[in-house]
Amino acid sequence: MMIFLAIVLGLFFGFALQRVGATNPENIINMLRLTDLHLMKVILFAIGLSSALLFVLMAAGVIDPGHLSVKESYVGVIIGGAILGLGFAIAGYCPGTGLAAIGTGRKDAVVFILGGLTGALLYMLAYASIESSKLFDAIAGGKVMLADSSEVYPALIPGVPGTLLAAGIGGVLMLIAWGLPKRF
Amino acid sequence: MDKKLNWFKGGLLLGAAFLLAIALVKPVGVSTQFVIADGIIWRLFSDQIIMTSKENKTGYSSSNAYLNKSDGKYAESVAHPLNYSFIFVVAMVGGAWLSQRFGGPKTSAADKIAPAVWRQRFGGRSLPRYMTVFISGVLVLFGARLAGGCTSGHMMSGIMQTSLSGYLFALGAFAVAIPVAILVYRRQ
Repeated sequence: MMIFLAIVLGLFFGFALQRVGATNPENIINMLRLTDLHLMKVILFAIGLSSALLFVLMAAGVIDPGHLSVKESYVGVIIGGAILGLGFAIAGYCPGTGLAAIGTGRKDAVVFILGGLTGALLYMLAYASIESSKLFDAIAGGKVMLADSSEVYPALIPGVPGTLLAAGIGGVLMLIAWGLPKRF
Repeated sequence: MDKKLNWFKGGLLLGAAFLLAIALVKPVGVSTQFVIADGIIWRLFSDQIIMTSKENKTGYSSSNAYLNKSDGKYAESVAHPLNYSFIFVVAMVGGAWLSQRFGGPKTSAADKIAPAVWRQRFGGRSLPRYMTVFISGVLVLFGARLAGGCTSGHMMSGIMQTSLSGYLFALGAFAVAIPVAILVYRRQ
């Protein structure tokens, strides 16, 4: 069953990425240099809508909050993000879109993924030396969510009902998606 | 003619993909599978990279500290790669192929080497593009693993769950990606 789901959900995700133009590095690059914000609108709308629905459906008992998996916040998240951002902007690929792009016949994507395998390997080799460094100091308590909807993960904003907060944030993201101009 | 979906339908489709994944199984994540793939390849050359273990809760350990982390969590995945996460990521390639084959935006022969925005600046020769994307790939995955996730796992799945880490990751990533893209590709 899990394997079936993996295939179907993976196919769906790859399909969606290609359909919205995310597998074309030109669209990513144009988004990042702010000349064509199409993908930014797609991403913000997707996150906003799915987030609002996720929390509403959890509150309604349809989605199991046990499926949540919140990642740890630590200094390396920001620095790692920055390093990723550097490669992302130059190539126009990230791990997911680069992989999906292979399905569209892009040869530079194949090379990107080979680089990616190398980068991941370099990290695996470097890890032992850096694991006790300040890079991994937790921020705000580590695995925290903004919304108060989980028994497992502490909330950063516990005063507001989680569903309301998430739906509110989701709504704002969707509004921004709608309001963003085509280019800056 | 570019047949990509408009932002509304596109956002709906992409959002559905993330929501369905977490509803049925768990949040979407990609970059971990690069580590797993590396482990699988490494295993062809070394016996010690994945071993059974009585100490680790997963039953697996590795001579590599990263694969051994969290009670051998990654080591276990390397030992049993036919798991949900790995197959999901492989299927993504097929999904993208399906979309292009059946009505999605097309990729020209020149595009398959480098996108037009690159070719306009740097020409269409494959070697410069390949060398550049290779190094970019190294940076992207090194950064992703340092952060503990990539744009799919941290940013999209993360912010969807209102995870603080998702926001921090997005901050780091775009604070660099936007100026770099403008510097490298200009704004025409």
